[in-house]
Amino acid sequence: MNLWTLFVSFAKVGVLTFGGGYAMIPILEREIVDQQGWASSEELMDYYAVGQCTPGVIAVNTATFIGRKVAGTVGGVVATAGVVFPSVVIICVIAGILSNFADIPAVQSAFAGIRVCVCVLIFNAVVKLWKAAVPDKGALVLALLVFILSVFLKLSPVVFVIFCALAGILLTRLGVRGK
Amino acid sequence: MILLLRLFWEFFKTGLFAVGGGMATLPFLYNISDSTGWFTHAQLADMIAVSESTPGPIGVNMATYVGFTTAGIPGAITATVGLVTPSVIIILLIARVLSAFRQNKYVDAAFYGLRPCSVGLIAAAGLMVVKIALFDFDLFHQTGRLLDVFNVRALILAAVLLFLTRGVKKLKKLHPVVYILASAVVGIVFAF
Repeated sequence: MNLWTLFVSFAKVGVLTFGGGYAMIPILEREIVDQQGWASSEELMDYYAVGQCTPGVIAVNTATFIGRKVAGTVGGVVATAGVVFPSVVIICVIAGILSNFADIPAVQSAFAGIRVCVCVLIFNAVVKLWKAAVPDKGALVLALLVFILSVFLKLSPVVFVIFCALAGILLTRLGVRGK
Repeated sequence: MILLLRLFWEFFKTGLFAVGGGMATLPFLYNISDSTGWFTHAQLADMIAVSESTPGPIGVNMATYVGFTTAGIPGAITATVGLVTPSVIIILLIARVLSAFRQNKYVDAAFYGLRPCSVGLIAAAGLMVVKIALFDFDLFHQTGRLLDVFNVRALILAAVLLFLTRGVKKLKKLHPVVYILASAVVGIVFAF
């Protein structure tokens, strides 16, 4: 197994992944399943599902899975390096350019408009996530509790994450889940 | 050097605790902004827009951007490596016991709690963007006029975007970059 091929393939996935999340599935399917034959569609869905429910960026988690399957631990690291490589290059170039133009009034107006759009995009993301993440009353209470507390208290999100993982186990054991 | 180590640590924490994909890193980035002062909330909102409009996973793009803003190219690399390190370690460990992990009832129960947590945190982070994009609390504090709290032009744009992205079926599937670019043009034309 050529590590260079692994790196290049995942760099391609990185470039073609616009926005992450579900947008990545067809691109992985084409590059990893069809062209390289490194995993089956079923394996890909498994990796993706676990990648979604483990910490970190889903694209990175999926890359590590496939890289490890193809070439062991080193493969996992190389695939991850490949998938983040385009981001690092592209963002550094754009950030470098933008920081030189940040003081121009037109650029500031443009970003003021863009920020409005970002509000709407985040709202839409929340609505979409809400459907999958809040199936019953127990989850509803957790979601609202986290929202309200994190708006009013300057707590680290880490606190909420640990609390909610424990709450999830407790609610399931108490039989509240699904009601 | 100490700055880079701190940057690595902050993003290591983000990578370790942000469950649910790229947007889930957002509340952590606001927390980093509050606790370190490396960048402002307004800068963060701009970074989200750029990260959504450029190739690559959003979470990685945002980490790179924050790292670059904080400490240049070494910062960009450090933040990104910090973000992905927990992922790589955790996945390499889980891959050995994949099926047992998926079927473990405690893992499943923990995620029942983690998913709504993630939504609540992202919504709260979204509210921070709303606060700077749609309202003008500085102007209100200067003038004391209640109407000055509302950034009317921005609110109108938000309502239009909300209608287009949610109400019009054909436009729902358009890539976010289309709306981001359109909003930039509106921002320039109407002098936001």
